[in-house]
Amino acid sequence: MGSNSGLRPWFSIDVFVGDGRARARSSPTGCPLLDDDVKAETVDVFTTPFLTGTANGAILLMAALGLTLTFGQMGVINMAHGEFLMVGAYVAYLTQQVTGATGFSIVVALPMAFIFAGLLGLLLEITVIQWMYERPLDTLLATVGVALVLQQLAQDVFGAQGDPVVAPSWLGGRISVFGYEWPHRQLFTIVLALGALGALSAVLKYTGFGRRIRATVQNRQLAETLGVSTRNVDRITFFLGSGLAGLGGVAVALISGTNPTLGTAYIIPAFLVVVVGGVGQLKGTLIAAWVVGVVTAFLTDWISGSMAQVLTFALVVIFLVMRPQGLFTSRTRSLA
Amino acid sequence: MTASFLGEDYLEIRNLTVDFDGFKAIDGVDITLQQGRLHFLIGPNGAGKTTLVDALTGLVSGTGAATFRNHDILAMKSHKIVRLGIGRTFQTASVFEKLSVLQNLDIAAGVHRKARQSIFARSKVPERVEKALDTIGLEALAHQPAGILAHGQKQWLEIGMLLVQDAQLMFLDETVAGMSGNEREETGELLKRIVPDRTIVVIEHDMDFMRRYADFVTVMHTGKVLAEGTVAEVQADQRVQEVYLGTTTEEATHG
Amino acid sequence: MTAKESSDQPDAEHRHGAQGAAGARSTSSLAQRLSTYGPLIGIAVLAFLLLVWAPNSLSTFRLGNLGRYCALALASMGIGLAWGRGGMLVLGQGVFFGLGAYAMAMHMKLEVAGPGGVPDFMMLYGDGTMPSWWEPFRSGPFTLFAIVAVPLVVSFLLGYAILKRRVKGSYFAILTQAMAVAFATLLIATIKQTGGFNGLNTFSTFFGHNLYNPEVQTNIYRLAAGLVIVFLVILWQLYRSRYGELLVATRDAEERIRFLGYDPANIKLAAFMMAAVMASIGGAMFVPIVGIVSPSSVDASASILLVAGVALGGRASLFGPALGAIAVGYGRSTLSESFPTQWTYFLGGLFIVVVLILPGGVASLWPMLRSRLSSVQRKPSTIDVDDGLEADEPAVLA
Repeated sequence: MGSNSGLRPWFSIDVFVGDGRARARSSPTGCPLLDDDVKAETVDVFTTPFLTGTANGAILLMAALGLTLTFGQMGVINMAHGEFLMVGAYVAYLTQQVTGATGFSIVVALPMAFIFAGLLGLLLEITVIQWMYERPLDTLLATVGVALVLQQLAQDVFGAQGDPVVAPSWLGGRISVFGYEWPHRQLFTIVLALGALGALSAVLKYTGFGRRIRATVQNRQLAETLGVSTRNVDRITFFLGSGLAGLGGVAVALISGTNPTLGTAYIIPAFLVVVVGGVGQLKGTLIAAWVVGVVTAFLTDWISGSMAQVLTFALVVIFLVMRPQGLFTSRTRSLA
Repeated sequence: MTASFLGEDYLEIRNLTVDFDGFKAIDGVDITLQQGRLHFLIGPNGAGKTTLVDALTGLVSGTGAATFRNHDILAMKSHKIVRLGIGRTFQTASVFEKLSVLQNLDIAAGVHRKARQSIFARSKVPERVEKALDTIGLEALAHQPAGILAHGQKQWLEIGMLLVQDAQLMFLDETVAGMSGNEREETGELLKRIVPDRTIVVIEHDMDFMRRYADFVTVMHTGKVLAEGTVAEVQADQRVQEVYLGTTTEEATHG
Repeated sequence: MTAKESSDQPDAEHRHGAQGAAGARSTSSLAQRLSTYGPLIGIAVLAFLLLVWAPNSLSTFRLGNLGRYCALALASMGIGLAWGRGGMLVLGQGVFFGLGAYAMAMHMKLEVAGPGGVPDFMMLYGDGTMPSWWEPFRSGPFTLFAIVAVPLVVSFLLGYAILKRRVKGSYFAILTQAMAVAFATLLIATIKQTGGFNGLNTFSTFFGHNLYNPEVQTNIYRLAAGLVIVFLVILWQLYRSRYGELLVATRDAEERIRFLGYDPANIKLAAFMMAAVMASIGGAMFVPIVGIVSPSSVDASASILLVAGVALGGRASLFGPALGAIAVGYGRSTLSESFPTQWTYFLGGLFIVVVLILPGGVASLWPMLRSRLSSVQRKPSTIDVDDGLEADEPAVLA
């Protein structure tokens, strides 16, 4: 198996938290309550993890959006979804190789990543997934195999080390928020995620194929009798979902570069976010991603990074045990 | 408080209401089911017949009271309701297709077995399974996979499984739908054979079947009980004629 | 009885109920007996191969590898029970494998440290104080008890919470995978107490026996292989028992089972717990044979690898999971020697191909062959167990 796969922290946010931490920890008198910048201190203790957590949540959202679409719409568990994130990240890297490390490269990389990841998803749907629609567990296993293959491919082509993606200058600065110097990259991630969410909602609500997707989700057989080609809808949905993951990959690349095992770090958290939010529920995914991101950030601030992840997982499981259908459910669909 | 003339295993339903987000599928239904009677539950589609049975067997939640053997079954889970002695069939016959007829019946007999006995393999056929097999008349097919049975035979197998479970109260949902004339007759005879010790409620659309075999009829309409009584009484009831039979008294008696 | 007329070809023998059933049984009893007890012959053959032939024919190195595959096979057999028969795809058996492995490793580490001693890594990474929960593992009997009891309790708690809430299918699978990831992360984060990323290694004795002695190694191998055989027999009995039928019925028609008076959650929980114990025992045998346990034996990849063998061999069959696990283990050893990167492609390809073309694994080839050779429809004397696929579903919907 790939050398490190599975051993990576399953959701590494250390890169985010590192920025604001140093300031929070240096206390002149040694006792925070007595300091002059107690105000700055408490702001850091709250603001930093909150903002960082929101940015984390944004990445989770992009990873989870595509998943909630394919899972909610087709009941398909695509364990290779994380690898589409990785593909997007590598597209960003390659674009930079071609155009040079400028702001322009990101602007180009975004649509390229979307299309490329989307096409890859479409290919996966046509070759593997379409044969197994009635067998969700088998789809899960088959896509596990696909994920392994894609990971190894990336490792063979790009090397196991991972490559950096340089943020353009307009993303390199910071913006001062309540005294915390918030990196532009994080703000960009949030903007990108919300933009993607908005675009997806708009597509679902206002376009023709958005309507067809919703029809197929609500009642596949009825949609078929009304002339909706559910096969095509499935293909479009998979394309969209995978493309969104590609977009997310660009954002991830900006933060922490590319890496063949990038996908494994995000796939489980993305699924948990999808399930917590309610499968197929966009607003549920949004809230769940945000909450998980922020909670993890806060926990990481208080206890070490790894324990925070374990605790987050425990909290998610407890939530799911109490409410297995997630935050929001649509009554017209029966789940699981 | 048990009224002894009703028999020991009677079901008392009081003010049962099933509310789906404001839509009352069942609206304040009162029914008393006596032991030893073949009780038919009829009504147009959407009247709430299957929903009523769903509410009584733990598939749908309802408010009100339904008492069987001093238990309030509305509050109980499905498998506990079954253990109490209540059984049901479904509109689509749900037997275990890959298992043989005998295995199907034997699995149903498990309700009488202790958990620790289940680590052993089946060594001999329990007596109650033999009896049930005999009663439903499928001995010749005992070792055939249930999947190859005809629709009617699957229904009998389901009834057989209820017999093995010792279900004292049975809900049969549209048992004869899709059966040939002969099969219907045999089903009716089967029901008449087993009803003396039990309470059987049959949800039905087939008026002929009802006329031949029903001891007591309850007519439902839009979630409420419209009329109750013997076949003759119900057929003579004006409201029933308007709503359901849609015929005058004369046409109804001519079949 | 009039109903009889509607059944096909009433046989002269089948006139009376009781006699009919018995008569039908005696005519096919030989075939029935063979199909019921046949697997025992297979187990005996396997026992011979593993316990008699292998130690005398294989080098110590190869024997050690086979022992490792046997340890993994134990975990895979549990997956066969939970997934193949119970319909619960468990992608996180690494958790229970790890519980057993770490328990055994802790005991062996304490053996090395000597009475009252502290394991070396604690002095290396920490300040040399041992957490109190390590202490009971100094005792051999307690360790053996823990190897069985801890996974039982953990699987009961987790399984109860998840199954009673009717979480099933893919949700269940993802949750179990998340469990494995979380547990592995926990281990990595607690380097002072569990050795962290590096895990626990450098042992010298196994319950007093010198690990470097080839005869001891061979006996440990025999123990692992013997356990495989024992559990094969246990599973054989379980699969033909009433519980086994019930489990398969629950897998195929869970809601129907409710109306037979059973709570399907309880039925599945029992299988889940048994699978957990089997994985744990496998993990416990893994440690003295391989000499190390680390989070990489617990995490998502390890758990998925355990499933690979089951899928390949045939998840609902008796021998499939064990033989599949051995095959995958063997494939991994040989292939990663010569083609390190190709192994991952092969593994990935295995998942894709097996699931697409042969969902029932290699074991499903046998009935396919048999039904092609004979045109007579088999009467099911035992459960016609396939893996929950429809009887005439083509393998690829082409």
